[in-house]
Parts: sequence; structure tokens; C-alpha cells
Amino acid sequence: MFRFAFYRLLQAIPVLFIVISLTFMLVHSAPGGPFSADKAVPPEVIKALEAQYNLDQPLWQQYVSYVGDVLQGDFGPSFKYPGRDVTELIAAGLPATAELALYAMLVALVIGVSAGVAAAMRPNTAQDYIPMSAAMIGICMPSFLLGPLLVLIFGIHLEWLPVSGWGDIPGDKILPAITLGTGYAAYIARLSRGGMLEVLSQDYIRTARAKGLSEPVVVAKHALRGGLIPVIAFLGPAFAGLLGGSFVVETVFQIPGLGRFYVQAAFNRDYTMILGTTVFFSTLIIIFNLLSDMLAIWLNPKLRQQTQGASL
Amino acid sequence: MTTVEQQGTSLWQDAWIKLSKNYLALFGLVIIGLLCVLSVLTPWIAPYGYEEQNLLLGATSPSSEHWLGTDVFGRDMLTRIMYGGRVSLTVGFIATAVALLIGVLWGAVAGYVGGRLDAMMMRIVDIMYALPFMIFIVLLMVVFGRNILLLFIAIGAVEWLTMARIVRGQVMSLRKQEFVEAAHSLGLSQWTIIRRHIIPNTLGPVIVYTTLTIPSVMLLEAFLSFLGLGIQPPQSSWGLLINYGVETMEEYPWLLIFPGVTLSLTLFALNFLGDGLRDALDPRVSKD
Amino acid sequence: MALLEVEGLKVYFHTRNGVVKAVDNVSFSVDSGETLAIVGESGSGKSVTCYSLLDLLPQPPAKIEGGSALFDGEDLLQCDRSSMRHYRANEIAVIFQDPMTSLNPFISIGEQLIEPLIYNPDSDRRKSREDARARAIKLLDEVGIIDPQSRFDSYPHEFSGGMRQRVMIAMALINEPRLLICDEPTTALDVTIQAQILELIKKLQQSHDIAVIFISHDLGVVAGIADKILVMCEGTIRETGDTDTIFYNSKNDYTKKLLAAIPEGAKISPNSKKQDRPLVEVTDLKTYFRHGGKATQHGGIIKAVDGVSLEIQRGEILGLVGESGSGKSTLGRSILQLAPTTAGLVNFDGQPLTGLNAKQMVPWRRKMQMIFQDPYASLNPRMTVYQTLAEPLLYHGLANSKTIEQQIRQLMDDVGLAHGQMRKYPHEFSGGQRQRIAIGRAIATKPELIIADEPVSALDVTIQAQILDLILNLVERHNLTMLFISHDLSVVRCISDRVMVMNKGVIIEQGNTEALWKNPQQAYTQQLLKAIPIADPKLERSRLSGL
Repeated sequence: MFRFAFYRLLQAIPVLFIVISLTFMLVHSAPGGPFSADKAVPPEVIKALEAQYNLDQPLWQQYVSYVGDVLQGDFGPSFKYPGRDVTELIAAGLPATAELALYAMLVALVIGVSAGVAAAMRPNTAQDYIPMSAAMIGICMPSFLLGPLLVLIFGIHLEWLPVSGWGDIPGDKILPAITLGTGYAAYIARLSRGGMLEVLSQDYIRTARAKGLSEPVVVAKHALRGGLIPVIAFLGPAFAGLLGGSFVVETVFQIPGLGRFYVQAAFNRDYTMILGTTVFFSTLIIIFNLLSDMLAIWLNPKLRQQTQGASL
Repeated sequence: MTTVEQQGTSLWQDAWIKLSKNYLALFGLVIIGLLCVLSVLTPWIAPYGYEEQNLLLGATSPSSEHWLGTDVFGRDMLTRIMYGGRVSLTVGFIATAVALLIGVLWGAVAGYVGGRLDAMMMRIVDIMYALPFMIFIVLLMVVFGRNILLLFIAIGAVEWLTMARIVRGQVMSLRKQEFVEAAHSLGLSQWTIIRRHIIPNTLGPVIVYTTLTIPSVMLLEAFLSFLGLGIQPPQSSWGLLINYGVETMEEYPWLLIFPGVTLSLTLFALNFLGDGLRDALDPRVSKD
Repeated sequence: MALLEVEGLKVYFHTRNGVVKAVDNVSFSVDSGETLAIVGESGSGKSVTCYSLLDLLPQPPAKIEGGSALFDGEDLLQCDRSSMRHYRANEIAVIFQDPMTSLNPFISIGEQLIEPLIYNPDSDRRKSREDARARAIKLLDEVGIIDPQSRFDSYPHEFSGGMRQRVMIAMALINEPRLLICDEPTTALDVTIQAQILELIKKLQQSHDIAVIFISHDLGVVAGIADKILVMCEGTIRETGDTDTIFYNSKNDYTKKLLAAIPEGAKISPNSKKQDRPLVEVTDLKTYFRHGGKATQHGGIIKAVDGVSLEIQRGEILGLVGESGSGKSTLGRSILQLAPTTAGLVNFDGQPLTGLNAKQMVPWRRKMQMIFQDPYASLNPRMTVYQTLAEPLLYHGLANSKTIEQQIRQLMDDVGLAHGQMRKYPHEFSGGQRQRIAIGRAIATKPELIIADEPVSALDVTIQAQILDLILNLVERHNLTMLFISHDLSVVRCISDRVMVMNKGVIIEQGNTEALWKNPQQAYTQQLLKAIPIADPKLERSRLSGL
């Protein structure tokens, strides 16, 4: 298992390398430099700035020194916020984004799994149709539509919940978490229903029932583990999606998180910031993919032993 | 022995019979058909011109002249939604077509040839899966400007991965099927086997996944446009309209609600159709 | 009063295409120490009957429409959920057909074994984990699991099929049930393993004094262990009686048909067309696979065929028998150059086939064809009978647009299909009919050699007899040479002129069928032949007691 994780981590290194190189190339092949867009700046000022950010060096030198810095956890200074490091900005935005993603994931898992399992227990009845219709609505209601609608209803009309901010007023985390989590709850509900239906039709479930086990034991002990493997495999991609979704949700609710920083950096052509956040996000996503893969393997005794066997 | 020739029911006819009993899927099919026709005919049937402003009128709620109201510039919302739909649907279909083309070819070659080539091709897919594509698309849009052609390619490049995996899995399992082995033992050429035995049996899952890719592509486009990183004015799309709608939703909620409902309805229709097709084309269901 | 008395049981399935009477008015009884066999072909309702007793059918679509099932005086069909749990846990146990899928792959077998004890609905029978473990280990030992202490924590995939079925049996017996339902417990197993499992069930029944309901499609299997037999077909009882009466004095046409269909004895008419001139010569053939198909350095190599030499004479039917994993299918495919061979020579009609590329093989392909095991997988589901049969004819230029229809009619006549079904698709046919289509495709090009890979294994016994007849008939009429691959020794015996026994990639013994049957030389062959159940209760009982 550890050997397997180690191999997967080794595989992640070239992926990260591709990400860094691709991002670097993309950013540096952009038409117009970072200081050309705005108002007229005297050429000597631009020169000075370019020197400060090493932009006057040949591209390959910039690349080499950038990779070297990244390996030490240094993403360089921000273009747009002079005097601040990208690493510093990431550290500032991370807590809000991490918290938001965590709550959203909780919303998605709790609602999604319980709805999916409930639906699979009694297929083609109201207990199936109602949560699955709700899930369909959740899938067809993207966060950038759901968020504003929730704000409109609960924030502006009913005035129950605050409409923006993060941690300023009590309850201001509820709407963003629901907005971000709903789509994933819907998707997880469909996944877990499918997985559970598949498992519940297996012969070994019939064996468990024939042994006289009660239905809760049959479901919790015999069906859940196999039935939720699709959900566990989805956790990695879901995490990547949550990060993307945080762009929208942090913009809509004006949350000072990484996602909002990223979108602003994209608009401002803040090259070092884009580079830094991209590399940071990629690393996170790769780690989470790895974790969800390992969890899926660990839950399956056959795969678990195969990966152990491979390590011998 | 009877001499009366009985006509058989092919799996396609069988699937169509099942689909025609699924009212939700039929509803989806009708909506999609309607939207496509409307989009094609928009320049001729739209009630107002696309850029036709009426600043004196300003934003009005739905009325008999403007069924879905007008925006702050007095532009007719129905017209704008229809024109936006043209862009959204085009992005949806073309980007899906890009994904379909790459994914089917990639997956079919990997699955059919197998061995080292398969391992290599699928490793590339694995690596690309691990890349944070959402971020890359944002990056592409930022770096190269908000170009609609680029958007097609970028979205298509993300969505082909799953298609490739599905097609590969299907082809691999077909290759081991006894009827394909029987075709080999008849001495049929590779191409004949692919054409007559592999492709017709791969079509079902491809159709289903294509139907389900269109909504996710449209969603991605709307997402980018909403952030201001996708479709740019003067062109319009549903995502962009929703973006505008959010800015003024406190005063003029219909500017958010109508494009939102249209987008959701379209996604519903496509998803229902996709689910219906999956049930109808599922060989496990058709066996009993 | 017997332990279980079923009276007028009716179970209907309400499907989209109408009501299917899966079980219609079935009555029987079984008492302690007694074994009742329920015998029938697929779709006869034999399993549904037993599952409905324990409420194990998915409802809907199934619905119990009437009848009663008195177990110890209590009606199982009327009892509520908690008393049903009591019956399932403590009174009636089930052993299912497929031990590969009937155990939960995520949970260790020990944990699965003790579940009926630690979650027992009756608190006085509930046991602590430690006590349950001790009991489970004792039972594992009793059913013949070696080193039960350490195997307790193993997972199902670490056991072979036969071992898993032993675990299933231990699980069924863990709460000392009074009735044991065995649903085709040996169908998925090799013949030598089958013999062991049957013996084990018999032994345990006697030592625990329980009633057994034994469901099977195979009269031969039940001959030695059943006291009473119930013959079912299409949901109804055709005949019921004690074992000897059913076998020796049956009054029912369907029972007689079933008995007649059992492949038994030697080939009836010896082959007149056999020549001593080999059509196929195989020399030291080897076919190796990399383990798991992955090109890893560490991956082991599977030697599916490991140095086989053989000759198939013109006009003969050569039987190839072996258990699962013996490499017999791979050998067949290697001869046809459908599996890539590693080393060795295959000569067809004096010409070497090994080393030919796909293009060079084409003219030879016409002369050698294959019939596959699974009639559901061997036909392209999207092609009509016409298209399936036309493909080989047109591809090899054996027909033109004028003659094709006539030739297809001729083929359909040959294999016994009605002309009217020409435009139908495979899913509209039954398994036996599909196999006829597949045979039609194989003989379309007028081949000289046919390799039949388990062509009747997936079929019901009466259909199996028909297809075997068809094959013999076609071989005779079309001067075919055949390699007939099967795991079923009785089938091979009644069709082959000569037999080869394969084990672990090598041919261990060969000879003329009857000579080999009478006087097997190798220990493995002797063991195989001894394990075949005989469809004759008296012989079978003495065979079982002699094992």
C-alpha cells in the first residue's frame, strides 16, 4: 500500500512538471506583457519593472529560475500587488477556500449519499422518484444560477441570511456552502443510487438476507461498502470541481478566497499569481486524486492485496 | 415449416420502442428539437433586432409587446435569449463533436490494437485526467483572448477523455466476444470486422454519452461566460445573460430568471434524453 | 406431519410483457433426514419455488398469489418480517449455485460465517464474537478447510470455487438448521470437485439429521442422493415420486424425455467415414500468455498449452476433455490460429499454418470453422439470421446475389430452422435455436474441420441432446472432421470416436473412447471417470458409498 502510494507520487512528479511547463509557456506566449495593458507608463519605468521581475532575461533562464524557486515553495513576487509574494497571497486566500470546500463537500456527501441510498432501497417508488428528481434539478441548476437565486430568495426577499462575506456575520457561510455543494450532492446521489442498485442485485446480498440478517445490517455492512466505491472514486474529481466552483461562489458571495484571487489575477494578467495558483491547485488536485484512489483500493480487499503483492 | 416470413425486431427498433414509452425522454427530445429549430430560424423569427435598443423604455417586466421583458437598454429579452441560445447550442454541439471525434478515434485505436500502444495511449489519458483543466481553460482564455473557436477546442479537449475511456472499454470487451472471434475464424479482414461487428455494437454507449456530454459542455461554456472569460459581447450566450442578470437581479429579477430557466430547461431536456437513451440502449435491460 | 409441507404454491411474475406463471400450483413435503430433489430445466420454476419460501424473491415483479408452506406447522408465506428472520437465521439455510458471487468479496469469510450467530434475531441463540469464532472454526474444519484458524480471516477471492462452496456449506450449517436448501450447489464446479461437495452434503445431512431440498437440472447428480424427486417444467409439477420410481418406472412423458436426454454410454453408431489419414497434425505446440495480459517484467507466464502433439484423422470426432483451466479451449483456438502460438507446428492437410499472416490464412479459414460455447455471445446481436449466414458465403465468394437466398434456406434446413425466421435477430431466439444459427454459420463455407468448444454446455439437457444429434448428423452428411472440446465426460463419450484428456496444458492420456473408458491408465483420468455421476440410482448409490 505504501509502496503503491509512493509509485503514484512518483508518477505525479512528471504531471506536475508538465503543469508548470505548460502554464509557464502559456503565460509567456501571451500577446502583450503584464505592464502593457494599462495606462501609458514611461519606458524606463517598464524597464526597471522588468528587471525587477527578471523579465529581461532570456526565457529559458526565467524558466529555470522559476522552476528552481517553485521547488523551494517560492512562487515569486506578485505583479499586481507590489511587495507581496504569491506564496503569501495563497496563504491568505487558502483558509477561506479550504473551509468553503470542506463545508460544500460535507453538504454533498451527507445529502448525496443519504438520498442515493434511500432511493436505491426502494427503486421505482416515491422514495426513489422524489430525491432523484431533486438530484436532476440540482444537476441542471449550475452554481452561478443557484447562488444568485438563493441570494435573491433567502437574502433579499426573506432576509434570513446574509448575502455576502465570510466569517463576518453569523450564518454567512451557509448560502455559499449550499451553493457550491448542491451540484455535487446531486451527482453523488445519482452515483450512490447506481452503485447501491448494482450491489443490491448481487448474489451475496441474497446470501446475507438468507442468513436472517436484518435489513439495516444487510445495507450497512454488506451493501454500502461496494455501493459507495463509485462515490469514493469520484471524490478526487469532485475536489477538483469544487476548486473550480469556488471561482464562481467566491465571486458571487465576495469571499476573499483563492478562487476569487485567481479570477482577479486572470483579469489582471498577474502572471506570477496565475502561475503560482495553477501549480498550487494542481498539486492539491493530484494529492486528492491520489487519496481517493488509495481509499478505493483500501476498501477492496482484493485490490488491497494485489497492491501489497506488487510491493513484495 | 412455415413459409410466412416473420420480420424481426432489431435492437435499434427495440430501443426506439422503449424510448417512445419514456415520456420524460420524449419530452426532452421534443424540447431539444424545438430549440434547434428556433435557433436556426432566429434571424427570421426573432421579434426584434438583436442590437435594437430602446433607452427610453429601459428595463420593463414582461408585457404583450415584450413577452419576457426588456433589459436596462430596452432590448427585448426574448430576442436576446434566442440569439444567446444560438451561441450556447452551437458551442454545445460543436465542442461535443470535437470531443466525440478525438475520443472515439483515440479509444477505438487503443482498445482495438491493445498491448503497448494501448498502455501508452491510456497513460496519456490518465495524465491528462490529472491536469486541472478548468484552470487551464481559464488560462487559455486569458492568454489568447476570448476567442469562440478556441473555446470549442479547449472544451472539446477536456471532454474527449471520458469518451475515449468509454469507447476503449467497449471495444476491448467486444474484441473478446465470441462473435468477433467467429468473424476472425471466418477470415474476415480487420476492416470488415471493425465495420460490421465492432462499430454497430459500440454505437449505443457513444450515443448515450454524447447526449450527456452536450449539457456538460454547455454548462462549462456558461460557467466561463459567467466569469467573463467565455463568450464576449457583442456576442451573447445564456451564461453571459445570467451574468448580466445577476448584476441587476435586485431591481429586475426577470433578467436573471428567464435566461436561467431557459438554460436549466435545456440541461433538463438533454439529461432526460440521455438517461432515457441509456435505459433504452442498455443491453442488460433488453435481454429480459 | 412432515417438517415442511407446501400446498398449492403459486408465484407469478408481473412483467411489462404480461404475467408469467413461474410457479403454478406446486405441492410437496419433506421431512427430517430426507432429501427431496427438485429437477427441471431452466425456467421450470424450481429455484423460484424455494426462494419464495424464504421471501428471497424481488417483489415486485414476483408475487406470491396463493398456497401455503407449513414449516413445523407455521405458514412461512404468512409470517411477518421478524419471524421470517428467525426462520432464515435458525431453521432454514440455503446454499446457492455460484460460490464465486454468493460470498461478499469485501468481508472476510470468518466474519461472514459468524454473522448468523452474532446478529441472531433470537436473543437466546445470539453468541459472543469469541464463541461464534470457535464454532465457525470447528465447522470450517468439518467441511474440510485446512488450517481453519488462519483461513478464518481470509477473503473469498483467496479461495478456489470448491473451497468457497465448502465455506458456504459451513455458513449454512452454523446455526444447526432443520432444513437445508441446495440450489444447484455443484453446477459451477468441476466434476471432481462436484463429487467431493455432493459427498460432503450427504455426510453432513446424515450426521446433523436435517431435511434437504436439492435443486438441480441434472438427474444424474441427484440419482445417488435423493430419496424423493419432483420433476418440474414451466412452473408446474410433472411428476413426483421416490427416486427409484422416477428412474425405473416413470409414467410421465416429460420425465421420460429428460431421462432419455441424459448423455450416457458409448457412441451408438461407430463412425464409418474415419480414415487413417491425418487432416491436422500438431507438433509440440506451446501457447503462453503473460499474466494478466500486462507486459511487466515481474509478471508470470501462464503456460496455457505446454507442448502438445496430436493428430486429428479425417472424418473422426476427436473428444478433448479437461477441467477448467486445463488449456483445452486455448488449444482449440491455437490450432485455428486464433490465439497466437508461442512455439510448435500446426499442419493442416499437410500445409503448415503456423507462421502464416492474416492474409495468407484467409483461404485456409474457409476450411476450418469454430462453434462456441455461449450462444448468447457468439452471434452479433445487431445482425439478422440472414446477415449472419450470408457473411461467410459472400466473403469467400461462395454465393452471388442470385443464389444467396437459396443457399441460406438450404443452411437453415440443415440446422433445423424455419425459413420464416430468416429476418429475425438473435435476441428473438432461444439458446438452442441460437446455437443452431451458430452451427449454420460454421458449416456455411463447407469446411473440412470444425472445432466445437463446449457447444452444448450452456444448454438445457433436452436441448443438449437435440444439438448433439444435429452435430452427429452434420458430421456424417458433410464429411466433417471435428475436435469436440468439453468438460462433460458423458457428452464426450457419446459423441467421440477417440478421446484425449488434458490437464495443466498437456495431454496426459489419449485413446479410442471405449478403450480409455474401460481402462484408464493415468491416475488423473481414473479420478475424473470415477467422479462422473451416474444417472442410475442403484449404481450411483454404490458408487458414492465406494468413494
